Amino acid sequence: MSGGPGAAALLSGGAAAEPDDLESVEMALLLEGIHRHYSFDFRQYAPASLRRRLWRRAHAEGLATLSGLQERVLHDPACMERLLLDLSINVTAMFRDPTFYSALREKVVPLLRTYPFLRIWAAGCSTGEEVYSLAILLREEGLYERARIYATDINETVLERAVAGVFPLASMKAYTENYMRAGGQRSFSEYYVSGYGGARFDPALAENIVFAQHNLVSDRSFNEFHLILCRNVMIYFAKPLQDQVHSLFHESLAPSGVLCLGHKEALRHTRHEADYGELDRDERIYRRRR
Amino acid sequence: MNASTAAAAETATSMVVIGASWGGMEALPLLLDHLDPPFSAAVVIALHRHPRSDDRILVSMLGGSSALPVHDVGDKDPIHAGHVYVAPPDYHLLVDGDVFSLSVDEPVHFARPSVDVLFESAAAVYGSRLTAVVLTGANDDGAAGVACVRARGGRIFVQDPATAVRPEMPNAALATGPTDGVGDPSWIGSRLSRVGRSATPGAEVP
Repeated sequence: MSGGPGAAALLSGGAAAEPDDLESVEMALLLEGIHRHYSFDFRQYAPASLRRRLWRRAHAEGLATLSGLQERVLHDPACMERLLLDLSINVTAMFRDPTFYSALREKVVPLLRTYPFLRIWAAGCSTGEEVYSLAILLREEGLYERARIYATDINETVLERAVAGVFPLASMKAYTENYMRAGGQRSFSEYYVSGYGGARFDPALAENIVFAQHNLVSDRSFNEFHLILCRNVMIYFAKPLQDQVHSLFHESLAPSGVLCLGHKEALRHTRHEADYGELDRDERIYRRRR
Repeated sequence: MNASTAAAAETATSMVVIGASWGGMEALPLLLDHLDPPFSAAVVIALHRHPRSDDRILVSMLGGSSALPVHDVGDKDPIHAGHVYVAPPDYHLLVDGDVFSLSVDEPVHFARPSVDVLFESAAAVYGSRLTAVVLTGANDDGAAGVACVRARGGRIFVQDPATAVRPEMPNAALATGPTDGVGDPSWIGSRLSRVGRSATPGAEVP
């Protein structure tokens, strides 16, 4: 029966309830342990989605409690690797949200054409679907040669997959549809060769991409960019951390640089809301104005 | 600030979560038709949808049948009583303390949004102040979520499989244990309206 401090907190005026007192304690201790031992700070991640991912790892390890997971994570670095992978992989698709890529072509590409040299940051690139989509779009728009794309993620293993540029062959049908809806100008299959159940994308697409490890929570700004994409990454952060990362992005954007968020993310009610104008409200494309 | 605006500005102290798949577009309006303001709970709907479906179409369709305001949900949106929230396509919707959080984790029972994900996260926060409703659908999504709601003391209503376009989802939910009622969507809506009118969230409903 749930009740106790959680329910009282709800009734007294809307403060978030402790879901299950003991489980919350265990989760806090696990995150604290990871932070102290491995220097990865997940303490400001959104609790609901993080809890779900932690339990998924615990069950995969055959463990019945988050305390059990803490013991294994702290004493077995391979387990920490597995957990880090769980926390880094966003299950996404190439040209996910085709209308976003259409808006990118229509509204952002004309701005990008005015620069002789383009620096672009794909923050939290995970396994690379979005980066390769962007590379294809830039190639078709004749902007790839002048672009340098920095694709960063917290996790080295995930970056290796992104570098390899191999995606499941079974996904290609859906990706092709997305690509066409996004205004793709060629035959999508021209961009990859298939074998062993995988579709390997043209290595030339990665020539101007620098894949590097970067931690949005703890690392500093490392360059100034004309375009930053961070889509469906910050949904895993609690609000204070989102504000912190928005400061990092604001600091990393050239004057009049463009910031792209995920379809259901917004700058509204964030710390830097007033520093941007809306280039496309529906597609969450913003332009720095101060 | 009068009582109703004060209430709207605060986080909802009770919640109704509704899950549906195939046939949900027909069932939901019949249910929502019975909910009138003032309604003391937040209402949250996870309907299985095609990843590229337009959020606004479903929201405006349901808005036509609902006297309560209907919204699609953005990441970290607040949770207000008397509002109806619809999970956006191709995201999981979670109840995260006093806000909604979104996720793009892998589909659950091939679904994103998943009913299980919504129900489990809601049960963790709202416990006995949660009412879960399972409507028509063609897979098992929601059954595990219902078990979780029950374990945390919440109430459960399930659509009568005989009235459902597809009976699999209600049947899977019913197989997990006892419920507080089985009926057609309209009947469930009338039961929920009593939940929403009770002065004390979670109080016994006549």
